[in-house]
Amino acid sequence: MKVRLRRFRLGGLLLLLGLAFLFDLSSGPIRIPLRDIFHLLFSRGSGDPTWAFIVRSIRLPKAITAVLAGCGLSVSGLQMQTMFRNPLAEPGVLGITAGASFGVAAVMLSGGSMATLYAIRELGSPGSWLIAGAACVGAGLVMLLVLALSSRLRDNVLMLVIGLMMNSITVALTSIWQYFSNPEEVKEYLLWTFGSLGGVTGLQLYILTAIVIVGLAAVFLSSKMLDALLLGENYARSMGLTVKRARVIIVCSTSLLAGGITAFCGPIGFMGIAVPHLARLLFNTSSHRVLMPASCLLGAILLLACDCIAQWPGTQTVLPINIITSLVGAPVVIYLLVRKKNLNIYR
Amino acid sequence: MMAELLHTRELVTGYHQGGRRIVVSGDLPELTIGAGQLICLLGPNGSGKSTLLRTLAGLQPALGGRVEIEGRVGLSSAELAKKISLVLTDRVTGNNLDVYSLVALGRYPWSTWLGGLREADREAIHRAIIAADIGELLGRKVFTLSDGESQKVMLARALSQDTPILMLDEPTAHLDLPSRIRLMRILHRLARELDKGILLSTHELDLALQVADEVWLLEGGGGVARSGADAVRVDLPTGSRSGSAGVPFHKGTPEDLILEGIFEAVFAREDVIFDRSSGVFRIPPEGQMPIRLEGVGVEAFWTRRALQRAGFAIMDGAAGADSTGGGAGVGVVRVFVEAGRPGWLFEAGGESKRFDSIAVLLDGLHRHTHLS
Repeated sequence: MKVRLRRFRLGGLLLLLGLAFLFDLSSGPIRIPLRDIFHLLFSRGSGDPTWAFIVRSIRLPKAITAVLAGCGLSVSGLQMQTMFRNPLAEPGVLGITAGASFGVAAVMLSGGSMATLYAIRELGSPGSWLIAGAACVGAGLVMLLVLALSSRLRDNVLMLVIGLMMNSITVALTSIWQYFSNPEEVKEYLLWTFGSLGGVTGLQLYILTAIVIVGLAAVFLSSKMLDALLLGENYARSMGLTVKRARVIIVCSTSLLAGGITAFCGPIGFMGIAVPHLARLLFNTSSHRVLMPASCLLGAILLLACDCIAQWPGTQTVLPINIITSLVGAPVVIYLLVRKKNLNIYR
Repeated sequence: MMAELLHTRELVTGYHQGGRRIVVSGDLPELTIGAGQLICLLGPNGSGKSTLLRTLAGLQPALGGRVEIEGRVGLSSAELAKKISLVLTDRVTGNNLDVYSLVALGRYPWSTWLGGLREADREAIHRAIIAADIGELLGRKVFTLSDGESQKVMLARALSQDTPILMLDEPTAHLDLPSRIRLMRILHRLARELDKGILLSTHELDLALQVADEVWLLEGGGGVARSGADAVRVDLPTGSRSGSAGVPFHKGTPEDLILEGIFEAVFAREDVIFDRSSGVFRIPPEGQMPIRLEGVGVEAFWTRRALQRAGFAIMDGAAGADSTGGGAGVGVVRVFVEAGRPGWLFEAGGESKRFDSIAVLLDGLHRHTHLS
């Protein structure tokens, strides 16, 4: 019965994901009816060529990016929350996201005409590769540093503190760069930090897909370890878990996901912290074999929904995705937590 | 001869701090845990019970010597998890876990690489639930459990791990007396019926004395607070092991240790006394007044307790009922039972007075001693 209800809910989420995906394709400055979306997707060569172009080259990559980012950020948030046994942990706590931002800041603010660089990025030319590459390098460096430090620590909570410190250092370094840059450059960087799902096309999309799939595979393999870590490290150790090895797998997969997604989409907040809570509320379990797929589905649905809202049909303005995720998501979580009175998720 | 599950040789426990070796217990004798044996690890606070337990369980490395599990050393953590299961003092409250899932986590060393449970796993979980008697708690969330329930659930988790050795770190802490006794009974039964080797550290001396097949007694730093400079034994990395004083260690059946006066030596302070005849610790009364007590049975036992609390030193009445008179102290209390109800007679200086309850008796004695 319990298992059936769980399957039913997972199935429902899957259906919802499909709907959200289609709705995301149809919404935008130019509204394309759902029926035409079907035609454009499933019968080639039919329908309005302009619409076909919009859907295939702009909206489809964006929707796929939203699914990938939603999945990746949510499960890595779940990993962090369990590993640190802290309900406030999210993919950024290790400093990976800040590292990616630092890489981008270094490239963007280190001279040259940023207006042109931004223009190149919008066109999907080498400029965006430069930014994604810089973000990857930044995230990777922080990851290596965290890994090196983690092998010296016995306690995961100390890892959390180290992550926060790494965060502070990279943010401070970025600030130094900002301080010495001119306002236009700083603004370009600021725009990047608002996040964007739209800039990932072509080969970049394939790379992002590969990164997220590898990351998700590692995350799913770590489900059992995470279950053991629910009881704390001592119990986990007594059940045969090699805590340090688990830590390496978890840090690597989270770095891959959070670093990769930040590199291509910019920092997208809120998903990593909120979606795991939603998954726990909806499935009333702590087994990661259930929470992982649930977080994936919920994260993808939520990010697609946020993207729909960001480009509300009928209006021409498109708000940055990072603003919408926080603005829409946070009240939802507050409402659910208060209504369910299930506040002792981690106590 | 029972099967030997665990055997230590020249074990030194402790930890490293800033490149220094801090020895907690050195010069330990060879310790063995046999199948079907219930061993209680006793000792004052800070005497190194947890360190020893954690070292034996493989949670922290030994500073010296080795721990053999079923004759083997150097087991991987996965192998170790199939030999030793633990109940720790770490609190497991949150995580939205329900009791069944928590118990099922004990199957971790046996389950598939994704954490899937096979039929054998479900059977082991079922057996653990029966053995720990937590059938009615299964649907509950872990954070809603009381301390006693939580401890039984953690025991069930350890049992579902299905290991020959079970170690528990102060499992009776935070429990009320009935829960403590219940837990000890369960452990006693597990050792007898499932032939497990059980090691538990505890402060419950009287319970330990009742159920333990063997007692390991760690002597603390002579009652000195362990923060004191000389209480922490520091050993230089190059120093020989003989350089460390180590903590004196006693082991044996509880009765032998009592008769040898070791309990008194380890635990007794000027503010606590160990009553060898009853096996309990007592608060020593101040300004004792000798009094003679006569009587038998439960009534006499509780009268004795009440008089001791009220500050009287009991002289045994049975020795010479007639040769009272001089040196009888305050007087003589006679306990009798009349028509199924207990009564008390206090005799002093040729007078005798009758009381119907211990409260009235104590009140009367109090008045008497203050008048004279």
